[in-house]
Amino acid sequence: MPGLGTSFGRGGATTNLMDLQNSDCILIQGSNMAEAHPVGFQWVVEAKRRGATVIHVDPRFTRTSALADLHVPIRAGSDIAFLGALINHVLSNDLYFREYVVAYTNAAALVEEDFRDTEDLGGVFSGYDPEKGSYEPSSWQYAGATEAAAAGQRDPGQSGTPDSAGRHRSARSETSGSGGPAVEAKPERDETLQHPRCVFQVLKRHYARYTPEMVQEVCGISPEQFRKVADALTSNSGPERSSAICYAVGWTHHSVGVQKIRAAAILQGLLGNIGRPGGGIMALRGHASIQGSTDIPTLFNILPGYIPMPHAHEHESLDDFVAEDAGKTGYWGNMRAYAVSLLKSWFGDAATEENDYCFDYLPRLTGNHGTYETVKAQLEGGCKGYFVVGENPAVGSANGKMQRLALANLDWLVVRDMQMIETATFWKDGPEIETGELVTEEIGTEIFFLPAAAHTEKAGSFTQTQRMLQWRDKAVRPPGDSMSELDFYYELGERLRAKLAGSTDEMDRPLLDLTWEYEKDDDGDVDGESVLREINGTGPDGAALSSYTELKDDGSTACGCWIYCGVYADEVNQARRRKPHWEQDQVAAEWGWVWPANRRILYNRASAAPDGTPWSERKKYVWWDADEGTWTGLDVPDFIPDRPPDYVPDEDAQGPDAIGGKDPFIMQTDGKAWLYVPVGLADGPMPTHYEPPESPVPNPLYPDQQRNPALEGIETPTNPMNPSFSDVFPYVFTSYRLTEHHTAGGMSRTLPYLTELQPEPFCEVSPTLAQERGLEHLGWATIVTSRSAIEARVIVTDRIRSLRLGDRRVEQVGLPYHWGRNGIIPGDSPNDLVGAALDPNVHIQDKVGTCDIRPGRRPRGRALTAYVEDYRRRAGIGAESEKEEG
Amino acid sequence: MGRLSGRLDDVTGDAGYGSSGEHPPRMGFFTDTSVCIGCKACEVACKEWNSVPDDGYLLTGMSYDNTQSLGASTWRHVAFVEKPTSTSVDLGMPGNGPPSQGQDQEAESGDDSIRWLMSSDVCKHCTHAACLDVCPTGSLFRTEFGTVVVQADICNGCGYCVPACPYGVIDLREDDGRAFKCTLCYDRLKEDQTPACAMACPTESIQFGELSELRQRADNRLAELHEKGVDAARLYGRDPEDGVGGDGAFFLLLDEPEVYGLPPDPVVTTRDIGSIWKHVGAAAAAVAGLGVAAFVGRRR
Repeated sequence: MPGLGTSFGRGGATTNLMDLQNSDCILIQGSNMAEAHPVGFQWVVEAKRRGATVIHVDPRFTRTSALADLHVPIRAGSDIAFLGALINHVLSNDLYFREYVVAYTNAAALVEEDFRDTEDLGGVFSGYDPEKGSYEPSSWQYAGATEAAAAGQRDPGQSGTPDSAGRHRSARSETSGSGGPAVEAKPERDETLQHPRCVFQVLKRHYARYTPEMVQEVCGISPEQFRKVADALTSNSGPERSSAICYAVGWTHHSVGVQKIRAAAILQGLLGNIGRPGGGIMALRGHASIQGSTDIPTLFNILPGYIPMPHAHEHESLDDFVAEDAGKTGYWGNMRAYAVSLLKSWFGDAATEENDYCFDYLPRLTGNHGTYETVKAQLEGGCKGYFVVGENPAVGSANGKMQRLALANLDWLVVRDMQMIETATFWKDGPEIETGELVTEEIGTEIFFLPAAAHTEKAGSFTQTQRMLQWRDKAVRPPGDSMSELDFYYELGERLRAKLAGSTDEMDRPLLDLTWEYEKDDDGDVDGESVLREINGTGPDGAALSSYTELKDDGSTACGCWIYCGVYADEVNQARRRKPHWEQDQVAAEWGWVWPANRRILYNRASAAPDGTPWSERKKYVWWDADEGTWTGLDVPDFIPDRPPDYVPDEDAQGPDAIGGKDPFIMQTDGKAWLYVPVGLADGPMPTHYEPPESPVPNPLYPDQQRNPALEGIETPTNPMNPSFSDVFPYVFTSYRLTEHHTAGGMSRTLPYLTELQPEPFCEVSPTLAQERGLEHLGWATIVTSRSAIEARVIVTDRIRSLRLGDRRVEQVGLPYHWGRNGIIPGDSPNDLVGAALDPNVHIQDKVGTCDIRPGRRPRGRALTAYVEDYRRRAGIGAESEKEEG
Repeated sequence: MGRLSGRLDDVTGDAGYGSSGEHPPRMGFFTDTSVCIGCKACEVACKEWNSVPDDGYLLTGMSYDNTQSLGASTWRHVAFVEKPTSTSVDLGMPGNGPPSQGQDQEAESGDDSIRWLMSSDVCKHCTHAACLDVCPTGSLFRTEFGTVVVQADICNGCGYCVPACPYGVIDLREDDGRAFKCTLCYDRLKEDQTPACAMACPTESIQFGELSELRQRADNRLAELHEKGVDAARLYGRDPEDGVGGDGAFFLLLDEPEVYGLPPDPVVTTRDIGSIWKHVGAAAAAVAGLGVAAFVGRRR
């Protein structure tokens, strides 16, 4: 989550769900929290009971809106314009928390003279290369940073296609998950905030045109509504009060997703709401253990604990690899200790100082291997085999047809799931079989379906949305041949190692040298706790470590994920603690275990004023105890325990020694929250409003820059994009989830109790759109984009509002995305409509696009492809149509 | 069987469990709809625990409510009511169908002109339960917790209980023929456990406990809401003097009961059974008298 990572130093929620009860105002935007996170939402309900104002900004009136004090309908995809206007409101009315902003953010830092804003360059920042469609960000640096090309240095040099370097640069953004990107030196500062090049003034100029009137034109929100939100947030921030912001995939699944989160980070930084009780940014993750799957990643470009994946040419040795980070200020400066301990954990005795701790064994990056690039490679024949585990891309990923055609072009496919999902059956009953685009007999993919154990059938941990590891025990053994992921991969490793046994080929050493001995439980399954203990790490005496500060770079410690160090402290599975909150204080530190170091609120040094005293009695949390010479309070202090508030580091100090007594953001090289990101993002140092890749309206802020200039396209014939402001695709669609179903539906569409609650696919439209297109409540509608057409039942409801943008009316079509061709009630998949146009930082698609909607069922068979082809022709989508947009 | 209507402070004792110290306190539900988020976890938890079958797969178009009502196979039911705020002072049609087509809403985007009410309905476990009163087999009975339970192994499917319920809760399962409804998880109560629905509720909209304590909590909550200016808030089924002698499962509503599909003033259908019998007796006597008179007349 580079949005939070670059802003504060760690890519996880800055707070926890329980702490929301202490908020005075909660802004929920980009999230339907009550529906998608009903259990966590109890704390919002509790906050409201205690008097907090709850605001929901969302295109639809949802179950969350129903409980909110205020629902503000917004055009899907226009969030940055709204948040930017809030930032402008705070800056131009002097509503920011000045002492906090000066001391704890980079507002005072000066930016390079070469930097040019989007306001100067018509919608792009300096460093933009229109040929490559990407940025060279050296001009974004702080002034005084001696080696301005820090970001460039971190970019693996790339000898590929012209734009691949730009793509790859972004791949590095993920490493901001725990540790902000490095700046070369602490910046020059002007604490009066008056210098024209200080971040504060740069921000002020950048957002000056984000006015309530602009919000009305871009978002469809009236100035009165805007004012209500602005007043609620500003009057509930400051020393005595605090406000929280909650978001989920309603922000992340956009081509400017990272920048939406950045905008929230700026706002919360200015209001002084980070690191304080009732404040923070609550990142609500997409489903169980998605936080865990970035901490111990299923991503291609990072290793456990957000250590970057080494690059094939840049990182010939361990020294090269850690050089970019080693010795830097802040805790990321100890990267060598984290990397060596990881290698020791994986390769045990084989990893020695002489062989660089087996650094050569690690895989190397050669380019962007994100999911949509992989799908493209499958279509083009470069990727031959595919493991699909815990996913159902034929239904759950953007552009279902592209996904299925790619699956049909593989040599082999392994699907591990609890149900026979569409990804495993596309070859016999997928939509393309119906249309004749695929013929079963001609598909060469050999498919292996392997039954998977359910969560009740295996022990292990979830790392949920608030960085919390929670252990669950095995209730029953999995039936039949079903296996847990742990047992499956363990067994796969055993078989591969058996095949390679005795090999003298150097290439086989990494597999043979892996530490692969784990204890077994009573059923003979691999004991998950022995894996957790390995992840936690052990010291020279073989005992479990209790903190990542104990990790060494001399090979004496082993640790599978440095940020998880401490989860097995004292040889106890700390994640298995279940002491209820009513038997503890308000922080409830003995429920599960939270990384890092069981801190519930990150950056909590900021809950005290620069001198170490609480900002107020009401918002007291962590403070400096001068008598004891230590930080203390309700939570584990997120600071060096004995570092006094008045400590000023030496100029040449490195690592944690360089953290000053007033620097709460200890993972950042300058110890500050970044209102402006001088390095680390692929699409600019400050969030800027761009229209979604497909939009019915022009960008009023930058008429010459319609879309994110660094947008990452997936250029393949099956992934055409609708031209913007097209009469052929006049409406906005947005896809979303229902409480009653789970993501791509494999675990819910197959169950009677959930199917009866939401039995079949439907779309939601406003009464005005229904009238305009002749749609009948409970009748059928066909929804069309340039990718495909689907049918769904129509729900006409006042919960979907028409939006007035200036003199234009925008209609939105709501599409719950859970359905597919299998399950109790089969139906079309809304994701077949969605195009893949990606955020350049994280390669995530945009869930908003344009469409047409017509009454009646869609054409069948070959007529369907002809129908969609006709739309493409009328919209002018052909060989060159993509050039028309900036 | 004890009294059929009016205030009754110890329904359990009245049902033959001894005086108030000799049986457990009366247990019940307080469902605070002001914090219901419509997640339907109660519906699913109920079915999972009680092995209630699915109720069919029908997209009803009634907002997000696809199980429609309480019945033999739906013992917890979450109602979804979409309602324009402008008419909230009226009695108001339950707005769970589609809105009127083409009403002009475009000019006022961003207004708060709609409310979405959610409420988890359940058997009321009435103080005076007509279903129980009319059951000829004793399948329906009052438990030691003051709740009303139907025993499937005794039910003969006569269906007398169905029209007897003033709330339309209990019903016969079509493919089975017997009557089913919420048991307030009688098996769990016996083990000192919380009923499944209350256990699953994430926002404490469904609260389980001793009825006397729940009534106190509800009164506090109502006062809290009134203080915040939520004047429409009201308790439903709380009053021991109402037509069913108060409900064992009662509610806090944010609008008129009709809006949620609840009867505004339910009365135990057996309330008048005593006077009915009197009338029946008089009628029978009259008929008998007429018959006698007829014979007398013929003889004459």
